[in-house]
Amino acid sequence: MTTKGGSTRRLLLHRYRRGDAEPHIEEHDVPADEGTTVLAALRWIQLHRDPSLGLRHSCFHASCGTCGVRVNGREHLACVTMLADHEGTIAVDPIANLPVSHDVVVDMQPFFARFPDQHPIVRASEPLPHADATDAADGIDEHERFEDCIECGLCLSACPIAATDATYLGPAALAYAQRLLEEPRGTDREAILDWADQVNAAWGCHAAFECTEACPSDVRPAQRIMALRRELRRRRRRQGREVPEPENGTARP
Amino acid sequence: MRGSRGGRERDPGVEEILRGRRGEGPISRKAPGPVAWFDVRSMTTGHLAFSIHRITGIGIVFYLYLHLAVLSMLLGGEDAWSGFLELATTPLFLGLDVILVFGLLVHGLNGTRLALVGSGFVADHQKALFWSGMAFGAILLLYAALHVFTAGD
Repeated sequence: MTTKGGSTRRLLLHRYRRGDAEPHIEEHDVPADEGTTVLAALRWIQLHRDPSLGLRHSCFHASCGTCGVRVNGREHLACVTMLADHEGTIAVDPIANLPVSHDVVVDMQPFFARFPDQHPIVRASEPLPHADATDAADGIDEHERFEDCIECGLCLSACPIAATDATYLGPAALAYAQRLLEEPRGTDREAILDWADQVNAAWGCHAAFECTEACPSDVRPAQRIMALRRELRRRRRRQGREVPEPENGTARP
Repeated sequence: MRGSRGGRERDPGVEEILRGRRGEGPISRKAPGPVAWFDVRSMTTGHLAFSIHRITGIGIVFYLYLHLAVLSMLLGGEDAWSGFLELATTPLFLGLDVILVFGLLVHGLNGTRLALVGSGFVADHQKALFWSGMAFGAILLLYAALHVFTAGD
């Protein structure tokens, strides 16, 4: 089946509206060519087939992080994912491990609730016009900014631990905590380590590295969680040395 | 701090938010419960290692209990044990031994990889570490299989 300037692709679209007993799948044939993105296809459905389709997007160039979906099961930003990169029928689902608000839109509140309190969700832009290693703050080897994180939630969706533990803080929050340790800027370092030193935090990761694979901004959350663990082990060793030996010679409690 | 379980003072609503109870809609899932651990659609190297580690781990625990059950045959005397040994040296059982060695090698070598990756020193090389471990394991498995099937010839 072809249309002017291209062919037609079939999308299996996750639909859910508040009040529905269960989500359901809807089929849509959309016109497509080599440059058609998943987001363009969803917008076409919204404009030409069903204006009630729930869709969240903003920038169209992978910097706002609002259009994250699962395409054939894998996490992608819809705005930079081409239909042509996927064969056959294309399933579009909301990102996993978060409550669905409407169709492919999820409620991001549980995602942001995972971050440490110091997390500045809205902050002033910090351009680095002279970004080279010699300008880096003490202890920083290079300018590898966690601000690359666009808080899209794809890492949490991809994480197999978050799939079975709703209280696991997840890759984005833990990677952010490690970033704070690298460059505290007044943050209470010990409080961050306390926060991360929990079963459902740094120690909850089982190193599947799915978050790193899913991240569209190359934040490498899994590697940051491992670096966070290294910090935590160092602190435990340090604390172990700092604990004084009991005077009566009995074992420490 | 929010989101911690460590008995520290926290926003009482965070746990509720984390569990998604405040969301009106259902939690989006790749698959029900632990089935999501084995979601083959996103099987990257790290996830493959994650899934295989769980499968072999469950297999090894099963074998532990099976092993204890087999050892309990000793309580039945020499005849019971000799009868089992005859069965245990059939090609089918020897094949199961090789599968056991496979599980032990994969679990042990990947466990070593996890310990190294979890230390934070070689996290960037986790894929190479997995495949080199599996290659080493394949050589050991081949040697073990030859030994299992040719021992006593």
